[in-house]
Amino acid sequence: MIVRTVLTVAALTLREAARRRVLRSLIGMTVVLLALSAWGFSRLDAEFGGLTSGEAKVAGSTVLNLVMFGLSLIAALGTAFLAGPTLAGEVESGTSLAILARPIRRSAVLVGKWLGLATFGSVFVAVAGLSQLLVVRATVDYWPPAPATGLALLAAETTALFTLGLLLSTAISPMASGIVAVGLFGATWIAGVVGSVGEAFGNDSVARVGTVSRMLLPTDGLWRGAMNSFQDPALLRQIGSGIGESPFLSMAPLTAAYVAWAGLWVALILGLASIAFQRRDL
Amino acid sequence: MGQVSGPTAAQGDARSLDTVGRVLADLPPAPAVWCWGLRKRYRRQVAVDGVSFTVGRGEVVGLLGPNGAGKTSVIKILLGLVRPDAGDVSLLGQPAGDPRSRTRVGYLPELFRYQPWLTATEVLALHVRLSGIAVSTEEQRECLATVGLADRAGDRVGGFSKGMQQRLGLAVALVARPDLVVLDEPTSALDPIGRADVRDLLLSLKDRQVAVLLNSHLIGEVERVCDRVVILDKGQVAASGTLEELLGGHELRMRLDGVDAQAEARLAATGRLTRSGNVFTIALPADPGAATVPDLIADLVDLGVRVHAVEPARTSLEERLLAILRARPDEERR
Repeated sequence: MIVRTVLTVAALTLREAARRRVLRSLIGMTVVLLALSAWGFSRLDAEFGGLTSGEAKVAGSTVLNLVMFGLSLIAALGTAFLAGPTLAGEVESGTSLAILARPIRRSAVLVGKWLGLATFGSVFVAVAGLSQLLVVRATVDYWPPAPATGLALLAAETTALFTLGLLLSTAISPMASGIVAVGLFGATWIAGVVGSVGEAFGNDSVARVGTVSRMLLPTDGLWRGAMNSFQDPALLRQIGSGIGESPFLSMAPLTAAYVAWAGLWVALILGLASIAFQRRDL
Repeated sequence: MGQVSGPTAAQGDARSLDTVGRVLADLPPAPAVWCWGLRKRYRRQVAVDGVSFTVGRGEVVGLLGPNGAGKTSVIKILLGLVRPDAGDVSLLGQPAGDPRSRTRVGYLPELFRYQPWLTATEVLALHVRLSGIAVSTEEQRECLATVGLADRAGDRVGGFSKGMQQRLGLAVALVARPDLVVLDEPTSALDPIGRADVRDLLLSLKDRQVAVLLNSHLIGEVERVCDRVVILDKGQVAASGTLEELLGGHELRMRLDGVDAQAEARLAATGRLTRSGNVFTIALPADPGAATVPDLIADLVDLGVRVHAVEPARTSLEERLLAILRARPDEERR
C-alpha cells in the first residue's frame, strides 16, 4: 500500500510538472541557453581560429563549465519552484485535504512527491546536459572525461536543493520556500568561492568558510564534483597547483565520503520534512 | 495455545475459536464514528473542548452550530487531518491513528479544490487508486453521472465553476464505495437545483445504509434528511439527540370559539394546553393514536364549540437551535 501510494503520488507529480507552465518555461530557458552557448562556442572557434588544440580544450572546458553552471541554475530554480507549490501550495489551497483523508500515510505522499521531483529533475539534467555536451562537441570538438558522472552529480545537486525546498515548504509559504532555497543555493556557491580564495592565499580560516558551507548544504560541493568531471585533465595538469580553485574550475574529484555525506544529507532533510509534514494541522 | 497440544487439545482450541468468531460476528458492528473527549487548542483559542459523539452504521447525523463552533475542526480531527490535543477517535471500528481506518470513508472538505491540471475522470481515478479499492472505470463514470458531471468528465478541473468543483468533490467522496461519508458544507456553492440533488443523494445514501456526517448551515436540509443532530457551540456539544428528542412531539393548534369549562377540560385531557386568545395549542403525546385528533374535534363540536381552524404545529429545528444557542450564555453565567 505504501509503495503504491509513493508511486501514485510520484506519477501525479510528474504529470503536474508536465502539465503546468513550469515545464514550458524550463524548456524555453534551456533552449535559449543551448542556442546562446552554441553561438558562443562557434564564435570561440571562429575568433580564435589560431588556437592550438590544447588551448582550444582549455577554452572549451572552461566555457563548458560556465554554461553548465547556468544549466544547473535553471534546474535548481525549476525544481525548487516546483517543490514549494507542490506541497505548501496544495496545503494552502485545500487540494491536500481530500487526498490526505484517504487511507494513506503523509510520509508516503511526501516521499512520492520527492521521487517524482527527483525523476523530473534528473531527466531534465540528463537531456539538457547531454544536449549541451553535444553542442560543445559539434562546435569545438571537446568531449569531457566523465560525462555520466558529471551529469549524475548535477542531478544530485538539483535533488539536494529541491529536498531542502520540500522541507522549507512544510513550514513556510510556497513562494517563500522557493526563494529561500534558491537564496541558500546562491549563498553556498558564494561561500564556496570565498573558500577557494582562502585556499589560494593559504588563509585557513577563510578556506574553512567554503568547507563548512559545503557540509551544511552540499549543492556547491556536488557542483564542484560535476565541474571536475567535465574538465579536461590535461588542463588541470597544465595549471598545476599554483593557482587555487576558481568558481568554474575544480582541482580534485569528489571523495566517496563526501558523496555518501550528500546522500545522507538528502535522507536527513527528507526525514525532517516528513516529520514536519506529519505534525502539521491542515 | 497450551503447552500440551495433542489432537484433542487442538480440536478444543479450534472449537473455542469458532465460538469466539461466532460471538464476534453476532456483535453489532462498531459505530461508523466514535469519538471521545476531543480537545484542540490553536494558540490561545480553544477550538474543540471535550467533544464526544457517535454516528451509528447507516445513520445520518447532522452537525450544527454557529460559525466558529468547531464543526470543521471536529471533522478534520476525525479524518486525521488535524491532531487533537486529547481524545480518541475510531472510524468504522478501527482506531483513527491507523490510516486504514479511512479505507471506507469518503470526504468532501469545506474548502474543496482538486488538481486543476487533471480532468474530472483523472481526479476520480487518482482517489480510487489512493483508496486501495478496486472500482471499475464504468462505476467511476456512473459516479460522475450521479453528481451531474457526465458530460464534463474529460475536461480539466481548472475550467470548472465552483459549483461544478463541489459536485466533483461529492463524486470523490462517493467513488470508493464508502460506508461512511463526511460532508462539510456540501451545498455551499450549489444553486437550488444542486441543493435538491444533494438532498436526493443523501436520501439514497440513507437507503443504502451508508452512514453520513453532515455539516450544513441549511437547517431545513438537515431536518429533512438527518436521523440525529449534534449541536456544537464554542467547541462543546450543546445538545444532541434524535429530531424527536430535540424538537419534542407534535403540537396541534386550533382556533376555537365558545369554549366553556367542560370543553377546556376535554382539551386539557388530550395534552398540555396553552391558550392565547381564541388560539389553543395542545402538545400531543409522542405517539398519538390515529383517532386522537378526530375524536377530539368530534367531542368539541358536540360540546357546542365552533371550530375555525385545526392545524398541526411543530417547533422547527431552526427555532430549537436558536433557543439552545441563546440559552447557553445564561447557563455559563450561572
